Amino acid sequence: MGSVLFDSGPRGGWFMYPPLSTMDEGVGADIWLLGLSFIEVASIAAAVELIVGVLKCRSPRMRVNLMPLYAWYVLVVGGMILFAFPPLIAGDFLFEMEKSFDWPFFDPTRGGDPMLWQHLFWIFGHPEVYIIFLPSIAIAAMVVPTVAQRPIVGYSWIVLSAVGVGFLSFGLWVHHMFTTGLPNISLGFFSAASEAVVIPTGIQIFVFAATLMVGKVKKSLPMLWIAGALAIFTLGGLTGVMLAIAPFNWAVLDTYFVVAHLHYTLFGGMIFPVMAGIYYFYPFFRKGKMMSETLGRLSFWLIFVGFNAAFLPMHYTGMMGMPRRVYTYGESMDWGWLNMLSTVASFVIAAGFVVFVFDLLRPKRDFDGPKRNPWNAGTLEWSHDVPGESWGVRTIPFITSRYPLWQQPQLVERMDAGRFYLGDTEFGHRETLVTSVLDAKPQHIQRVTGPAYITMLAAGFTGGAFIFPTFHIYVPAIICGAFAIVCVLYWLWTSTAQIPEEPMGDVGLDLRLPRYASGSDAPGWWAVWITMLGDATAFASLVFGFFFYWTASDNFPPQGALHANGAMVVAFAVLLALSWAATRVARGVHRGGNVGLGRLVMAASVLLTLAGGFAVYGAVSHLSPTSHVYPALICGLAVWLGAHLLLGVIGQGYCLARSLAGRMTPLYDADLHNVTLLWHFIALQSLVTAAVIGLLPGWMS
Amino acid sequence: MPQHRLFQPAILLGLSGCVGRQSVLDPAGRDASTLLTLFVVMLVGLIVLWVGINGMMLFFNTLSTRRYEEATARKLIIGGGIVFPTLVIAALLVWGLSIMPNQRAPGDGLRIKVIGEQWWWRVEYWPAGANAPIIAANEFRMPVGTRTQFDLTSAYVIHSFWIPALGGQMDMFPGRETMISLEPLEAGVYRGQCAEFCGASHALMVFEVVTMEPDDFDAWLTKEAAPAVATTGAQAQHGSEVFLREGCGACHAVRGTQAIGQVGPDLTHVGSRESLGAGILEPTIENIAEWIAHTDDLKPEVEMPAYDDMPNDELLALATYLRGLK
Repeated sequence: MGSVLFDSGPRGGWFMYPPLSTMDEGVGADIWLLGLSFIEVASIAAAVELIVGVLKCRSPRMRVNLMPLYAWYVLVVGGMILFAFPPLIAGDFLFEMEKSFDWPFFDPTRGGDPMLWQHLFWIFGHPEVYIIFLPSIAIAAMVVPTVAQRPIVGYSWIVLSAVGVGFLSFGLWVHHMFTTGLPNISLGFFSAASEAVVIPTGIQIFVFAATLMVGKVKKSLPMLWIAGALAIFTLGGLTGVMLAIAPFNWAVLDTYFVVAHLHYTLFGGMIFPVMAGIYYFYPFFRKGKMMSETLGRLSFWLIFVGFNAAFLPMHYTGMMGMPRRVYTYGESMDWGWLNMLSTVASFVIAAGFVVFVFDLLRPKRDFDGPKRNPWNAGTLEWSHDVPGESWGVRTIPFITSRYPLWQQPQLVERMDAGRFYLGDTEFGHRETLVTSVLDAKPQHIQRVTGPAYITMLAAGFTGGAFIFPTFHIYVPAIICGAFAIVCVLYWLWTSTAQIPEEPMGDVGLDLRLPRYASGSDAPGWWAVWITMLGDATAFASLVFGFFFYWTASDNFPPQGALHANGAMVVAFAVLLALSWAATRVARGVHRGGNVGLGRLVMAASVLLTLAGGFAVYGAVSHLSPTSHVYPALICGLAVWLGAHLLLGVIGQGYCLARSLAGRMTPLYDADLHNVTLLWHFIALQSLVTAAVIGLLPGWMS
Repeated sequence: MPQHRLFQPAILLGLSGCVGRQSVLDPAGRDASTLLTLFVVMLVGLIVLWVGINGMMLFFNTLSTRRYEEATARKLIIGGGIVFPTLVIAALLVWGLSIMPNQRAPGDGLRIKVIGEQWWWRVEYWPAGANAPIIAANEFRMPVGTRTQFDLTSAYVIHSFWIPALGGQMDMFPGRETMISLEPLEAGVYRGQCAEFCGASHALMVFEVVTMEPDDFDAWLTKEAAPAVATTGAQAQHGSEVFLREGCGACHAVRGTQAIGQVGPDLTHVGSRESLGAGILEPTIENIAEWIAHTDDLKPEVEMPAYDDMPNDELLALATYLRGLK
């Protein structure tokens, strides 16, 4: 965002449509691309953590149908990030290759097609809208039952709706491309799919209405913001129903009508619920303090009135024919007074936020009444703040209801007294319980890594690896990338999968659990699996590009084009399949106790991967990727595979080193399980790449 | 030596070329009328539903004192969240989507090829049965009562072709051809504008559309196909010499003269157009002179160089010549 202040914003617009954006010679486009890629990698990392947390680290006996609604929404959003961001990472990769190295993915004069970017961008872009919106609705789903002082009505309905929105959001992206001349049949399909979102969205709104209807509503600031959110969001949703009808969309797509629509959905769907959340959770973060009722109402009315005065007229501005992204227009167009109204009203919104920020920051006195759970909420987070101690939670309770603070008597008292799981730690480590995915049966004790500086260093170097190429400074970028890898390896080596002092531990309530897990019981294994699902999605997007060019162009692969070297393609497919087999065999042999042979096979897998990497290079080294999109895409797939082989060989070498250092033994071999899982995906990508660049061209032409 | 502005800068901001209507709410074509009906019906539905939903929330939140049964509430979720929206959406889709084939029908006579440039419009008229196009730029004329087909493409970047008073938008891609067809119902002057962000002067990529009775249109097209007719007079004569001497003909064509350039807009009948600089200025002699002297001020990053060191008398002569090209 700061790039705007230095006049280095992306000059082609935030949506970066090529060829306009690839023609932009400034650094703006690079800042956009690499900055976004960096954030996406970070978001995917966060999504992996949230998904694993929701699936594997719940309270014992909290089955999935007892999870707080917030956890459900976070799970859905995590899954959406996992599948929505990778297509754009693939798009960014293609874009940056075009921008930095002139590989013509989007250049129509050399076989490329700017439409591919639009598809990849909006396959990301539409789910992204729901990725912004769902966590905020999750806040509403926590506030509404508290306000109504009763459990949510229709828990299953709202959960299914959240999951349904998640699924549907991947089938709507073309409604951002209704004016690109796609066939009517596609437009009809995507119109219907876009309208279908009304149903799960409507259910969520009616679930809130039903809960308020049955409960006894306690008026409060958070509920005022939620009501304001619904008033704004429903208007945005209803104009969305209009825009999803393709022909109407043609009339107003790139006009201020859409500017109004998207602000109504995002202000109502995101800003207002987040404001409700801040007022609701303020006493959670600052014990004994409450935001001011008077200032809160003032802020609400300023923002609510200002927002509607600014954005309601834009519907009309758009219908009067004002297109988006124009910096000037003629006086005779009669749009001036409407825009002036919007401008003045935007200052009213700003005034509302000033009041809010003042209220947030001003010193406050303690309020009267119970400090620990001032809203009398029913969910577990309000059990924190153990009186007189600086703990978060004293023990991990078992959970048998959806609103345990209302439905499980004496729960908080028992928690404070330490009469649940893991009240104490035997060896002074940080520990938590890992539970099974569906039923939350306790499985083992997980040693949690402690605070460390090395992770901050790793983040800093990763940042460098993305930020330097923005300014076309490549040597420090490579050095930063290498240091980032070293930092991550150091952290893994010293902090994770440590061999425990005792194989079993006492967790309380007469339960003894193992202190170590390998394979699918371990959270690390789930994290690898989930990460690689996202990674495979990005890879699939690149392969999609291959088919896209084939269907969109009459001349792909172009006649007389050079192809990948067939013998080398076969060689890398065989070598990498062998490397995968060696990794899998090493796991079995090592687990069986034959450590020496296991190490030998691991060493062989390292050599096979290196040989495979050279064969990948040999398969494409004679192609010139700047000449046409066909060799460019083959080389792009090879670069992608090469990066994964680097990751794979580091994993194989790491396991060998762990075994040699005695940090991995036949009984404690989580690293080897995780690397084997990683190699399942790398082997799959190797074989698919071999088929796409080696077999498909013959079949296509 | 760079010289001072010839005229008051007020005209720069006035963008006073806009004479035509550019509102979705003020249709003059069959497609735009259908879309307006669709809009009005949906708008009424929107108002009813918005008041209904928010009235319900207000009622349960603040007005109602009664406690309802949970079974009633579940019926509300199923009725309001599933049954009702399914019916409404199904009806809306059937009606809304049935409009599409008509709006995307091929034309039944004239075909106009449009190529989006940075930031102007290259225009080719292809009357039914024509072997070669009639070249024009930055303005469209079309007959009332028949469906004219626009074949759209672009030279460098993506644009979007949009005449709000006649119909919807259609994007223009380099390397691809898209199509839209429009059927005007009344004669008049309308305004169209590029709707897809296309760079620094996206806001200044405009055009006028003149819809004409079929006979008038045929007469106009015959004239448009003919070579340029320059006005006589000393100043115009001087202007035509300046035009050739300054090398304007390397980029611009004036049919019937030595100027055959293809880089910039065709100027054969530039004096008969409703606007100047792709819809941004009124085509007066003063504005034409101002445009030639200060292209980059009037349209940032435009390819045509600014002739700001040309003497005033030559500028005026050149403008007089161009204004006379009818």
